[in-house]
Order: sequence, then C-alpha cells, then structure tokens
Amino acid sequence: MLFLQFLGFGFFDFPKYILNPNASEQELLKWNGWGYNDSKFIFNKKGQAEFTGKRYRLGGMVLPTFKEWIEKTFGASLEHKTTSRASLNVNDVPPSIVNEEFLQDLRATKISYSQDAEDRVFRAHGHCLHEIFVLREGMFKRIPDIVVWPVCHEDVVKIVELACKHNLCIIPFGGGTSVSSALECPEEEKRTIVSLDTSQMNRILWIDEKNLTACVEAGIVGQDLEKQLAESGFCTGHEPDSMEFSSLGGWVATRASGMKKNIYGNIEDLVIHIKMVTPRGIVEKNCQVPRMSTGPDIHHFIMGSEGTLGVVTEVTIKIRPVPEYQKYGSVVFPNFERGVACLREVAKQRCAPASIRLVDNAQFQFGHALKPQVASIFTSFLDGLKKFYITKFKGFDPNILCVATLLFEGDREKVLQHEKQVYDIATKFGGLAAGEDNGQRGYMLTFVIAYIRDLGLDYYVIGESFETSVPWDRVLDLCRNVKERIVRECKEKGVQFAPLSTCRVTQTYDAGACVYFYFAFNYRGISDPIHVYEQIERAAREEILANGGSLSHHHGVGKLRKRWMKESISDVGLGMLRSVKEYVDPNNIFGNKNLL
Amino acid sequence: MTAVSHSFFICSQQKELTSKKRDEFEDILEERRLSSDLRYAMKCYTPVIYKGLSPCKPNAIKSAVLQSEQVQYVIKQLAKEMGESPDIIQEEAMEILDEMGHSMQLGAVRFFAFTLSKIFKQLFQRVCVNEEGMQRLQHAIQEHPVVLLPSHRSYVDFLMLSYLLYTYDLALPVIAAGIDFLGMKIVGELLRRAGAFFMRRSFGGNRLYWAVFSEYVKTMLRSGYAPIEFFLEGTRSRTAKTLTPKFGLLSIVMEPFLKREVFDTYLVPISISYERILEESLYAYELLGVPKPKESTSGLLKARRILSDNFGTIHIYVGQPVSLRTLASGRINRCPYNLVPRHLPQKPSEDIQEFVSDVAYKMELLQIENMVLSPWVLVAAILLQNLPAMDFELLIEKTLWLKGLTQTFGGFIEWPDNLCARKAVLSGLTLHANIARLVDGHVVLNDKGLEDGAVGEIVFKRALAILMCATYRNQLLNVFVRPSLVAVALQMTRSFRKEEVYSCFSFLRDVFSDEFIFFPGISLKDFEEGCFLLTKCDAIQTSQQEIYPTDKGSVIVSFLSAMFKPFVEGYQLIFRYLSKETKEAFTEKQLIPGVRNFVFQLLEKGNTQCYEALSSDMQKNALAALVQLGAVKKKKIVETLLWDPATKFLNSLAGCFCLPLPFGFQSFSQGFDKQREQSCLFLIEGLLCVLE
Repeated sequence: MLFLQFLGFGFFDFPKYILNPNASEQELLKWNGWGYNDSKFIFNKKGQAEFTGKRYRLGGMVLPTFKEWIEKTFGASLEHKTTSRASLNVNDVPPSIVNEEFLQDLRATKISYSQDAEDRVFRAHGHCLHEIFVLREGMFKRIPDIVVWPVCHEDVVKIVELACKHNLCIIPFGGGTSVSSALECPEEEKRTIVSLDTSQMNRILWIDEKNLTACVEAGIVGQDLEKQLAESGFCTGHEPDSMEFSSLGGWVATRASGMKKNIYGNIEDLVIHIKMVTPRGIVEKNCQVPRMSTGPDIHHFIMGSEGTLGVVTEVTIKIRPVPEYQKYGSVVFPNFERGVACLREVAKQRCAPASIRLVDNAQFQFGHALKPQVASIFTSFLDGLKKFYITKFKGFDPNILCVATLLFEGDREKVLQHEKQVYDIATKFGGLAAGEDNGQRGYMLTFVIAYIRDLGLDYYVIGESFETSVPWDRVLDLCRNVKERIVRECKEKGVQFAPLSTCRVTQTYDAGACVYFYFAFNYRGISDPIHVYEQIERAAREEILANGGSLSHHHGVGKLRKRWMKESISDVGLGMLRSVKEYVDPNNIFGNKNLL
Repeated sequence: MTAVSHSFFICSQQKELTSKKRDEFEDILEERRLSSDLRYAMKCYTPVIYKGLSPCKPNAIKSAVLQSEQVQYVIKQLAKEMGESPDIIQEEAMEILDEMGHSMQLGAVRFFAFTLSKIFKQLFQRVCVNEEGMQRLQHAIQEHPVVLLPSHRSYVDFLMLSYLLYTYDLALPVIAAGIDFLGMKIVGELLRRAGAFFMRRSFGGNRLYWAVFSEYVKTMLRSGYAPIEFFLEGTRSRTAKTLTPKFGLLSIVMEPFLKREVFDTYLVPISISYERILEESLYAYELLGVPKPKESTSGLLKARRILSDNFGTIHIYVGQPVSLRTLASGRINRCPYNLVPRHLPQKPSEDIQEFVSDVAYKMELLQIENMVLSPWVLVAAILLQNLPAMDFELLIEKTLWLKGLTQTFGGFIEWPDNLCARKAVLSGLTLHANIARLVDGHVVLNDKGLEDGAVGEIVFKRALAILMCATYRNQLLNVFVRPSLVAVALQMTRSFRKEEVYSCFSFLRDVFSDEFIFFPGISLKDFEEGCFLLTKCDAIQTSQQEIYPTDKGSVIVSFLSAMFKPFVEGYQLIFRYLSKETKEAFTEKQLIPGVRNFVFQLLEKGNTQCYEALSSDMQKNALAALVQLGAVKKKKIVETLLWDPATKFLNSLAGCFCLPLPFGFQSFSQGFDKQREQSCLFLIEGLLCVLE
C-alpha cells in the first residue's frame, strides 16, 4: 500500500496488478526498478540519452544535453557502469513457511494465493533506495511467505479471520509504491507473513450522481479509477505523482496528497466513508454525510494507520464532473526568494490554481537538461530568442533564476480570468510568464523523473527524494539549510563529488507549504554507499525538524521515520495511538511494525 | 584513568603546538617600518566578504531593523500598553538606532589606518600575529557569519583588531562599544565611522531598546554584513585576569542560528596579549578606588605623553573558528523555537541559557589557552612572593624554574630558544622599570613615594606597586589554577585522602568561581586535571585513594599555594569585614569603601600583608561568590541593588575563616547542609595552616 509520491529518481514501483494466476499486468512492470518495463532512460549508440517506449510524451525522444548535465552534475562518466543482475535468483529467496492447516482453510475459501518466489519478492518491498539496491545486488532477509488475492470485502473478512485463528501476520499490499520502508517485513517476525494484495478488488461499486460520490473497492489503482470515472464524465481529481501505480487503499492508509489538492482536496477532504476489516471486526460509519459531530472522527484513526490496524476494503469518495478546460502555464522568477514570496501571496489571496509548484535553480537546470531535441530550426531559433529576452534583456541570471509551473482547471472563462489574476500577482514579484509549454513539460517530467533513478544506479549515482511541510515564514530558511546540510554531510562522509541537492515547493496552504527535496550523489570510491546515503538522509531529516518542518507531509512514517515519532507527536500522543492499536489488534496480526 | 591519558595526549601535543605557535607569528609592524604609511592607508582595499552577502549601506540596515517584524511587534505592544501612538514610539526607536548605529566609511578607516600606523610604531616594538589564524579567519568569513571574540585588556584591543583585518584585506568588523565613548565628541563619531556601534551599559528593563539593539545586531549577522566583534568579558579586565563572561550579547548572536535563520555561525576566540599594558597604572588607581577618568577627548590628548614610552610587544592569536552548529549538535530541544513565531521576543529556556553559558566559558578558556606569556610575567609572580627585595641571581634561577613549570602546565611563553634567562629578566625589568628595578644586586619594587610620607601614603604607594605587579602575575593564574587549588587543598586538609582533598578543592572552586574561569559543572574533571599536572611535574603521587606530595614536590606545592595565597587571605578579610562590620543590607557602593577602609587600617597597623584585598575587583568577586553560596542575598529596592547578608550563615562562614576553630564549627553546624559544612571546615583548617 502506501503510494507515495516519490520522485526523485526513479522509482515507484511496480505493480499494478499482480495477479498470480494470470500475471500479465505484473509482467508489464520492472522487477528491480521503477515503472513500466518498456519505459526507461538509456544511452543510445551515439552516446545520447533517450527515453524509450511510447507511454509518455518524452518516449522515443533524444535528449541531447542530458549526458553532459549528468557528467557535470555528478562527475559521473559513461565508462563507469554498474549493472543490476538480470533477473531474480530464485535460490536466494527465503523459503516459504506456511502451515498446512492454514493452507487447507485457505483453499476452502477459494481465494487465489501463491507461494512462488517471484510473487513473494515482488511484495517484499517498496521503492526506497535501499530496497531497490537490495533487489539489484542482494536479497531481503525476510519476505512474505504467501501472497493472497482477495477479490472483495468478504474475502478480506475471511482472510483476517483465518489469520486470527492461525495467528499469522498480515501485511496489506496495494500499489507497492511506498517510500518509507512500510512494506518491508520485520526480520524478527516468526509467524507466517501473509501479503494481502488488494489489486483484484478494483471495481467501482456505484456512482451516486446526486450526491457526487462513488463507492470504490480499495485496490483500484489511481489511473484506472480516473479512466473508469471519466467514462461517466467524472473524476476524483486526486493525482499523487504515483497515481499510475498507487491504490486508493494506499492513499487512505498513508494520508495521501494529490497534485491538484487546491481544487479537490487531499485524501482526508475527499473521503466520505471508509470500510475497514480489523481483527476486532469491521469498522465503518452508519451514514455517508459530509460532516458529523460524533466525537473524534474515526476516519482519522484509519487514515495514516499505514496498515497497522486492518485492511481498507471499500471507500466512498467525492467525485466531480470532468473539467471543461485545462491550461498549463509557467513563470520565471529572478530568484527563489521572489518565487516563494509570490507563492505565499497567491496562497494568501486564496487563488492558487489547481497546481502551483516552484522549482529552484538546480532543478530548473535539471529540467532544462531533459529538453528533447527540437524538431526545427525555427523552434530552436525561438528558444534562443526567449533565452536572450530573459537573461539579457530582463537581466535574469541563468544560475539564479527559478521557475514556477501552473495548472489551471475549470470553465474556460473562469480559467482565463483566474490565469490573469495569478499572472498579475507574479508580475508584482518580478515574475515573467514563460509559456504553456514549459508548464506542461514540467508536469510531464513529474512522472518521467521517477525513471531517472534507475539510470543513475547504472552509473554509480544514487538518489532519493523526501518531503516535508513547513510554515510560510520558515520556507526559505528550511530550503537553504537542508540543502546546505546535505552538501556538508556528503563532504564529511567522504563523497568525492558535490551532490545534487535541490528542492521545490509543491503545495501551498493558508499557513504553509509542502517542500520536496531531491538529493543524489556519485558514490564511486565509497565502500558502503547505502549506509552513507542513509546517514545523510537522516541528517537531512534532523535538519528539517530543527527548522520547524514536519516529519512528513504525505509520504508517511513507515519504519524509516519511526525514531522521530515521539518528538513529533509527544509521549501522550504516541500513547493515544498505541492504545487504539492495542484495542483493535491486540495480537498484532497487522504486524508490519509501521508508525509506532 | 581515561581522563588522565587523554590529557596526557593533549599535553604531549602541546609541546609541538607551542613551537609551532611560535613559528607562526609574523610581525605586522615590520612592513610598516619599511614602507609608506600613507600608501598603506590609501591601498586598494577589496576585502574578503561573506559569500551570501548582498552589499548594503549602514542606513539600509537601520531601516531594515526599524521595519523588521521584531521591532514592529514591540512597538505595537508598547503603543497598546502605554496608550501612545505607534508613530511616537517608532520615532523613539529611530532615535535609539541613530544613537547606536555605526556608519562605517572607508575614509574613516583609511584615516585610522594612517594614524594608527604612526601611533602603534611609536608605542610598540612588535605586533605579532599568527598568520595561520588569519588564513582560517579568511575562510570562515566567506563561509558563515562570523563573531570575533577578543580578550579585553586595553582600549587598544579593538583598534588593533580592525587595523589587523584591514592589513590582511578582510572585512572590517562592526564592534559593540560602550555608550560612554560617545562622550568623547570627535573620537566617538570617528569610531562610529570606523565601524563601532554603541550600546548602553544597562537596558535590561527597556524593552524597546532591547528589541532595537538585538535586532540591529542580528540583522547584521544574518546578512553577513560584517564580522561582529564584542568582548565576552564586557569590559576591560583591570587585573589582566580573564573576567567571567557576560551572556547578553552572546545570546543575541547565537539566536539566528538557534532559530535556523542562518546555517551556522562561527565564533572566533582571539587572544591579545600585551607585554606591557597601556593602562596599567590607571587600572591600579581604579582598583584602589581613585575614580577612572571619564572618557574624554582632552583626556585622550593628555594621554599623549605615553607615546614616548615603550610598551613592548603585542601578540595576537586568532583562534580556530568554532562552529556554533557543532557546539549545539544534540544539545538543543527544538520545540521552544518551533512552536512560537520567530519574531516574538522569547525568554530563552533554561537549557538554552545553560548552553549560552557553556559556550561563553568555552570561548574564554580558548582565549586563555592561546594567551602569550612574557618572561616578565614569571618574574612578577616570583617577585610577589619575595617582597620587599630579592636577590637578582636567585630571581633568574627561579624564573627559569618557573618557566619549566609553566610550560608543563600548558602555558605558552614567548621565550626565544637562544635567549638566556639573565637577558630575559633584564629586558623585562627595563620594560617595566616603573614597577621594579635592580638595586645593588637586588630587585626591589618601586613602592616608595615621597620618603617622608605619612603611613597611609606609604601603604597606598605600596598597594599601587603590588597591584601593578600582580597584573602581570595574574596572567599566569588561569593556567595554574587547577593544580594550584589542588595544592592549596592539600595544605588545607592536611590529609592524603583523595576524597577529602577533592571535597576541599571543589569548595575552593566554588568560592573562587568569579575569580578564575572554570567551565561550569566539571569540578571532578578540573580536579583530575590539576592532579594530573602535579603528577606530571613530580609534585605529587597518586594512588586509587590517596594523594601525597613527593619530597621534591613540596617546593612546587608551596610555591603554588603561595601564588594563590593573596586570594585566600583577601577573601578571608572580606568575609571577616562582612560578618563583623555590617549589620544590615548594604549597596555595592557602601561595601567597597567599607572593605577598603577596613583592610587599609589593618595594613597600616601591620596586622596583615594582604595588599590585594584592597582591590575592588577582588571585593566584587568575593561578594558574587557569597551570593552564589547563599551567604548574601541580592535584593532590588527601587532601582538600587541591595545585598542582604544572611547574617547567620555569613557569621558562620566568616567565623570559620577567622576565629578559633570551636566557635566556627559550632555556629556553622546550626543549619547548613553537611557537605558544605565539611567543605568549610577544610577551608578553616587550611587557612589556619596557610596563615601560620
């Protein structure tokens, strides 16, 4: 579960569906990296970077400046390559230990299951760097013993009952895009671990056009949900960067956030009703109303519970008519400070478009390096002219300027009005409109960028992204300090080339913003790169907390960030969560050890 | 054991460092003596600056401060409370800023560069600077905001430091100066243009002033506008002994980092050592209660005659920049800063206050570590134990002996390898001819005024000479204090049991906590270090439970305790005065002349030889110690600080010190905790022993 909008460099994971009996969907996805098998960055025979496949707009295009950027940024060289092993070595995989009585009971339910090594390894991890590294070069110490595929709520009830009866451990699995070590099996778990794959629970049960809600099974993947709703003219508007692969249940379990939350809201704003199966029984409400005052909202025990309490099976979610009109946009600012000030003003006036993001200079250059070869002399001439206008005529320093990308949605007329309002504000902060195309490219890169980590891994470059939320007045200090901390930690830990340490502001709120960091470095000459990497990431998180940022905005805690939970929510707060866990799941059936 | 081997490691390193340190020093006046001062003053000055700096004018800083959320918040608060219009208060804030703000101008800097070249060449033989330190500083300035923390012995300190940075093409510092400088008409303005900003001496209660002042300092620090320079000691040390640190300004400059407004801040300890202090006689007068002349331009002009005098060499050691981030790592609870908007004035939490205090002491200890001691310092220390006159040859012999001991204790003596002891002592005597001279093969103190003066006059002259001489001995004290207090404790307890000696040491350390610089709360470590150093020079031997002086060690032990005897005796006199002569609450203004007269009479009658008890510095320190020990309470009544002796305790304490044992013991045991009682008993016995 856990979808997480990860980014960074590559990743996200796989599986959309993993149907053991007919595993066609599973086969579409990489076993040891992010996304679809046919989509990846490669260096072609001429040594130029190219993105393969036809799924993305960038597919089949040559990226002439990308190689140079990689070499310049990381000191990496194409001559130094490290390759992943080609396929899973089944002999390394820990054996499946399942007691026969349980298997008999399971067979009686007719729920499909698998003890196949590949199926189990596939569900033993999310997309943290160390997990991908293990896939490429090692093996997990503990993986699920068996995978089950319930197809409906009742199946899940049966599985949870069996698990209680036989004292097994269940780890729910949705899209597998976690970046918080949430899917890793606790090494010390002695019971049989059942991976409960929700991918076959993927139907829209009903659509209620009067109330604009839809009841959906929790295993549905983001892009399928939107596609199917669109057939009836609706959407949820919930678009985390991982939406191609992450699932509805995962969103609920991690308190997900979508790119267009300014219009549609985050998952907690979208959810009307949740049905969850726990060892104590089923938890749900008696009605589907917009709000109720019946003590603390039980949905808030469920959202963010990260698979520790039970399995979300069905969710009633708000839907909206598909917007009539969409328009991208972009603004160039002379520097990051001005850009942040502009975003702050936009938030203050509460006129944020569906999405507004601000990337710092390093990321602007990164995006620039991913520009495909231009088709005609004319375009290239136009590009040159634009560049001249911005840097020479307007005096922007190409090594300091930064860019905001925008996405407007709604009625055509309102969108145009809205657009003008936002551009007027931007002008006050020295911003220059930089065209729709740049904006659109920016959002397309959101999906493609995840593939880059796999390329980096081939050339001794490792990287990751992480996020936080922070009050407005601390945004600049936090961005500067965290980036600086990363650079320093790399130096101290013996990293020989300056790392890529960059950030962007991805969401605006009334009281603050969500900030994303990307961090990657060339690890040649370091014997234990993963350990070094983890130390640096930890230092960066310490820095975030010291700067008044949160432990996580939407990636969740998992096992990766547990150590800071007490500091984050106080002893008493932690005790409150623990007591819920103790009541709902006294025997720790949902034993993935996340969060608490 | 690990502590010992650790310090041993440090010590063996120290030897190397010492010779390295010496090599590093460069005389910056040498170049000045060879080339034109005018050209030097007019040189192209393009200083190294902070990487993140966007250059701005002093006035832009002032308006940024005025417009800052911090200051505006306080203005609005005050306006509400006082029912005044915010404009009026804003006006007031502007006035404060104008009074305080510097207006650094290159012209003024060049003027100083020229005149100071002339003056320094007149006054000093050499001004030696460690070049490596300057290089480190250069890096630091570019990397993060920098705070310069020099020791403070003379007005020359900050002039010299700015002069130095100008010479090395580094960004000139802005300097926190006392407002009294503004009393000197032209000079005040000139200093302002050279980068001085002025703070009132006390503004605890004035919220507007505090807000404007702290924001002014922080704005300059955050923007990396210039290195910020101030004196941890708060004022010039009149005794050449490092004063206990003041925390106000330090906590202001630490705040931007603690609130993460900057990534890091460098604190740079700087040790400025004078072979002969410009103000030496002024200080002695001041300590004896002859008021210090107000800073005035005409006063400065009168001081011209000192230009014909020779003040020897200055050593400036620029220490390793200390990263505040590194110091704070793992120490600070983030919550207080995360849960309140950063522009609100906030009283620092207890752990922050403790942290600030620790940093302050650490920086002062670093200053002390890098002080350069001249041979004359050794001579002064020996001379004071051998008054009124001492055989010259013996003095030379003793000086050489003390040199070895000082080096063992980690002191850095400027003593060229090939210089013979006789020459070193002689050159010291020449430079300090106003303090001591050679008469018939004996070295005597210059303590004779008019031969036929009254008794009082003689006592005064003598006190003057002794205090001046003590100024030089004092430079050794912080290097010697740990082993010496162990030595004193050994003599006092007359016991070899480690536990007892430590207990006495720890008590002495508390009593003298304002007199010498101890890092807070590490009494045991200090004790171990003291023992280790004594072991190292073969003065004592230690076992698990016991400490004993060696045969050969008694010389060292008695020398060390004699070195600190003036303090033990002086405190004793002061305690006695407090318990016998004061009945009610008193102010500091009443106390000091009171003690002075009391001691003066005893000296006249010949009942004591402790001239140093006349020093107002010692009197204040003793009072502060008593407050800390709980023997005296501080009360505030209408803007006046009163000290209220807890008569009973004080009586007991003083009784312990001064009267036959049984009485002291009796009254003491009525109502004080056992441990303190015991420690005091050690002290009594020890004092009696020292007094024999």
